[in-house]
Amino acid sequence: MSIDLTQDYFSLFGLPRRYALDEPALEAAWHRLQSQVHPDRYAHLPDADKRRAMQWATRVNEGFRTLKKPLARAQYLLVLAGVDAAIETNTAMSPEFLMEQMEWREAVEEARAAGEVEALEQLHMRLLHHAREVRAELGRQLDVDNAYTEAADTVRRLMFIEKLQHEIDEALLALEG
Amino acid sequence: MAYSDKVLDHYENPRNVGSFGKDEEGVATGMVGAPACGDVMKLQIKVGKDGVIEDAKFKTYGCGSAIASSSLVTEWVKGKTIDQALDIKNTQIAEELALPPVKIHCSILAEDAIKAAVADYRKKHQA
Repeated sequence: MSIDLTQDYFSLFGLPRRYALDEPALEAAWHRLQSQVHPDRYAHLPDADKRRAMQWATRVNEGFRTLKKPLARAQYLLVLAGVDAAIETNTAMSPEFLMEQMEWREAVEEARAAGEVEALEQLHMRLLHHAREVRAELGRQLDVDNAYTEAADTVRRLMFIEKLQHEIDEALLALEG
Repeated sequence: MAYSDKVLDHYENPRNVGSFGKDEEGVATGMVGAPACGDVMKLQIKVGKDGVIEDAKFKTYGCGSAIASSSLVTEWVKGKTIDQALDIKNTQIAEELALPPVKIHCSILAEDAIKAAVADYRKKHQA
């Protein structure tokens, strides 16, 4: 058993390089690879082999985490396509989008302060629906249109949406807990 | 992560939080966002007839460093002309607040918010 550390994660798991994911196939490939590189299998071997097995196991787990999450998978596809999503430096989102984000955050803040669990749950559902639409758009851009620059913008938008989801969940937890 | 005293001071007592009326004379708005952390920042400036920024307000949803960076720039831009305001660099903000490397993007966000507000002002006043 050996793992080529230079191959991309999709090749590693024997999956097509695309956003749409066959989740059971990813899970199955992950379990198979994990059992192959498990440190126990290398316990009787010299340290150099153990270290290599550890590297493989790390690579397998990193790959699994990257491919499993839609946002991480999309970012990885952009990296493979040589497109920089500039998540650290690109602050120029469309004003309409940012205004909308601001309004969402205000609504969450107000609902949290007023202890309105129901309002937060409604926001949660609305956002869930919205996130699903945005992910579908991302899938079309990456898999159908190969529109990577547009996909990079969608990835950036999705990062705000996921942050917002996190904040709503946190507010709900704080109120219910 | 440990915040510096200056970040904590701005975070606990943010200066100039809020908004101006949309139709107020001389008001321009800059909206920016940092995808990496999901922070959203709105900076408004109120520019007098002489081209000097009389007042500034901000609203930021984000971490302590992002709030402190925007609070600080509302103080810094006051009394400056819009050209002078554009000279404010993220490195000065980061230095003043002693931001650690992982929070530099918060200061970039604040610098970009000034640029966006000035661009909005120019758009409104050249048309």
